Parts: sequence; C-alpha cells; structure tokens
Amino acid sequence: MSALKTLNGNQSIAEAVRQIDPDVLAAYPITPSTAIVETIAKFKADGMITGEFVCPESEHSAMSVCIGAASAGGRVMTATASQGLALMWEMLYIAAGLRLPIVAAIVNRSMSAPINIHGDHSDTMGARDSGWIQIYSENCQEAYDNFIQAFRIAEHLDVRTPVLVGLDGFIISHSMEVIQVEDDDEVKKFVGEYMPLYPLLDTSHKMTVGSIDFTDYYFEHKRSQLEGIENSPTVIEAVGKEFGQKFGREYGFFEEYRMDDAELCIVVMSSAAGTCKDAIDELRSEGKKVGLLKPRVFRPFPHKKIAEALKEMKAVAVLDRCSSPGAFGAPLFTEIRSGLYDYAERPRIVNYVYGLGGRDIKVEHFKEVASKLEKIAETGTVEEIYGYINLRE
Amino acid sequence: MRKETWKELTIGTINLDAGNSVKNLTGTWRSGKKPQFIEEHCIQCFFCWLYCPHFAILVEDGEVKGINYDYCTGCGICSVECPTKEKAIVMVEEEAELAEGSGK
Repeated sequence: MSALKTLNGNQSIAEAVRQIDPDVLAAYPITPSTAIVETIAKFKADGMITGEFVCPESEHSAMSVCIGAASAGGRVMTATASQGLALMWEMLYIAAGLRLPIVAAIVNRSMSAPINIHGDHSDTMGARDSGWIQIYSENCQEAYDNFIQAFRIAEHLDVRTPVLVGLDGFIISHSMEVIQVEDDDEVKKFVGEYMPLYPLLDTSHKMTVGSIDFTDYYFEHKRSQLEGIENSPTVIEAVGKEFGQKFGREYGFFEEYRMDDAELCIVVMSSAAGTCKDAIDELRSEGKKVGLLKPRVFRPFPHKKIAEALKEMKAVAVLDRCSSPGAFGAPLFTEIRSGLYDYAERPRIVNYVYGLGGRDIKVEHFKEVASKLEKIAETGTVEEIYGYINLRE
Repeated sequence: MRKETWKELTIGTINLDAGNSVKNLTGTWRSGKKPQFIEEHCIQCFFCWLYCPHFAILVEDGEVKGINYDYCTGCGICSVECPTKEKAIVMVEEEAELAEGSGK
C-alpha cells in the first residue's frame, strides 16, 4: 500500500531497492552511502529480498561484480560515494562501453585532498564523460522516485546504458523527510520484468564479451555506444511522464520555479535548489522577478531545452557545487553557456562555485546572488565571470 | 574483407562470432626467431602443445608433428619447456633453412 514514511535519503534508496529487488547487489560501504548498503544487508538477512548480495573487497571489485553479473543477464545495482566512485573509474567506462544497464546510487561527496566526508558534486562531475546517464535529486522523495525510474531508463531497449542517481551527502542522505513510498506491487509493475539482450548464461548461443578492438574497430564501437545515451532523452521524458500518471509526481529534464515572468534566473542542482526556492519566495515578495531552474538530468545534458528556458532572461547565475581546475568554468556553467551560444540575443551569465566539502549555502547567499544579478542586468556587463559563494576571502 | 559500419555492430561490443580470432594470423607478428621441430628427439610429452599460448603446435593422429607458422609468434616457450636432453624444438633464425622433415 502507498504510504507516507519518515526516511532519510539512504533509507529512501534502500526502500526502492527492497521493492525492485534486483538480481544482484554488489557494494562496498563508504560514507555517506554506507547506510544504503547496510540497510540492503539487513533486508537480505531478514529475507525481505531475494537478490544476491555481494560484499567485495573494494569499489573497483563492486563495479566489476556488477559488470559480470549484468553480462550474465541480471538486473544489477550498486551504491557508493566520492573516493569509492573514483576507485570504480575504469570499470565505469567498461560498464558503459558494454552497454550494461547497471543502476548506481551515488551519494555525492567531495574528493580528497583534503579528506572530507561531506556533500559536493566533485565525484559524479568527474565521471561526466564515462558514458553514464546522470540524474540528480533535490530531496529524499526525488532520490526514491529517480532511483525507480533509473531502471526503466537504463533497461529500455533503445538506451541500454548505465544510470547513476545522485543525492547530496548528509544534506539528503542523512536528513529525515516524510516521503510517499509507493505500493510494493505497483513499483514492481512500473519497473517491469528485465529482459537481458545477450546474457552470457545463455549457453546455447556462443559469444564473446569484452574482446579487444584494434585501430580498425574501436572507433566504430565507441560511436555505436553513443546511440544509447543519444536515444535516452525521449525515454527519460516518457518514463518521467508515466511516473507522474501512475504516482502523481511527474519528472522532466529540469524543474522551473517561478520562472513565468522572471528576468533573472538562478540555476542550481540538487539539495541547494530547495533552499533556493525559499530565497526566490522572499525575493518575489519583495517584488523582484527572480526564478529558479533546477537541472535534474546532467547526462545527457538538455542543452536546447535549457537554452530555450533561459534565452529571454536578462541575467543568469549558474551555481556549481564543484570546481573544474583550469577550465573556462565549472561543469554546469560551461554546458549552459555553450548551449546559449547560438542565440543572437542571450542573457549575461555568471558562474559561482558554492558548497565545496559540504559548506552551507543559505537563503541569504541566494539573495546575494540575486542582487549581483540585478547589477549585471542593470549594467549589462559581467565583471567577474567566475566567483565563489560563502568562501572566506 | 569489408568491415562493418558502426550501425551494423552488435550492441555493447558483443561478438556473436565467438572464436573468430582464428582469422587473426598471429604468426605475422613473428620477428627474429622461429621454432624448428626435430621429430627424432621428440618423446611426445605434449609440453609444447600445453604451453603454447597460440595453439600453434601441430598435432596429427595424436602426435606432435610440427609448428603452425600461421599462428606462431616466435615466443620460444615451446623450446624452453621441451624436456628432452637434445631439444626437439630449437629456435632458429627466421631466414634459416628448415632441416628436412621438420616444421610444416
């Protein structure tokens, strides 16, 4: 039965795992994602899930187990964060190259050094070219909803590409929230049966998986790999709509908040978007025409749709919870600025890095951003294209 | 041989023609030395057949008969593993004339 439950982000993911009950779950615990693995282990011990639960000796091995199990023909998942995702690195590319629909919950956490266990997006942003689809969650409800949809997206025959679902470390993973947990059978029905394409366990058909390509085939295989992620937008959209029809919460590529008559826009992903909404409400009550655009899907990046949503703005601030050393700007900013390039009339745009290593971002900070945007709109110039929020200068 | 375009490839690099590495003549990599089979020294222990990484030891009617130079890379493992006092496989210069009745 659909019910309201008080869960934190990790428990919300674990709850979705229990309902979907994948064939193989392989994971190595790492803060702040440990509670996902721990809760799954408890479900397994209590006989609440039937899937094989594998505890390998590292995250590299965890992703390797996922790749093996998915090649064998299973529905497979894992969970990790930060250094754990980094240790999976080479295997991430292999999972994507083999077009295995593995689903991973990534509890976003900063990268060492200095070592820090709190939330930022450095881990998954570093993996942005690994070939995985990336979906980000604002809160526990979205983490739960996104994780369920991730299986449908990954496993769609036109896609067959791994999907990671991001949720902010501690801010979401460890914060209790009342969420709507849907009926077990309805979730199972929504996700549906998994049909592997070329399972290795099907011994009646001989095949080779993971063989070497020389200069004569590698390029063609990499091009064919792109088809999955290039086909994914229509699937992501359809699955988000169907989820809405079934459970009442519809999802798209991004969420627009009070954007109807907005002239200034703040773009921010994940948990900070929640705080930003409060700031927007206050700004609106002061008569300021500020709106929020919260990207949900970062890979594939919806360039056109976001550019269309932003093109009429006077000024836009893109907030990244990640830095990109030596680059023109942080990842979200460069994507959006690039997407606007083809428009003759385009907004002034500025990039702010915030919240590294879990540094708080509050309503007052968003209001500071808004006043900077007002100045940019007024003068028509961006003095400093790249700045920081809540950093001791 | 016509090579497939990217649209014709099976998803996920899956190779449905398993075992097609037989089409790769690994013997073309061979440089320097090649093994020479001396039948009269051979005790048919099959060590060379067991150790050869390229299945390049020729076997006919249950007996080692020589080397398949289409796949032999000249690594020399067969010669090292050959246990007879007078080796039944010796490494010789690529250009060397093979003794009569040896090799294939």
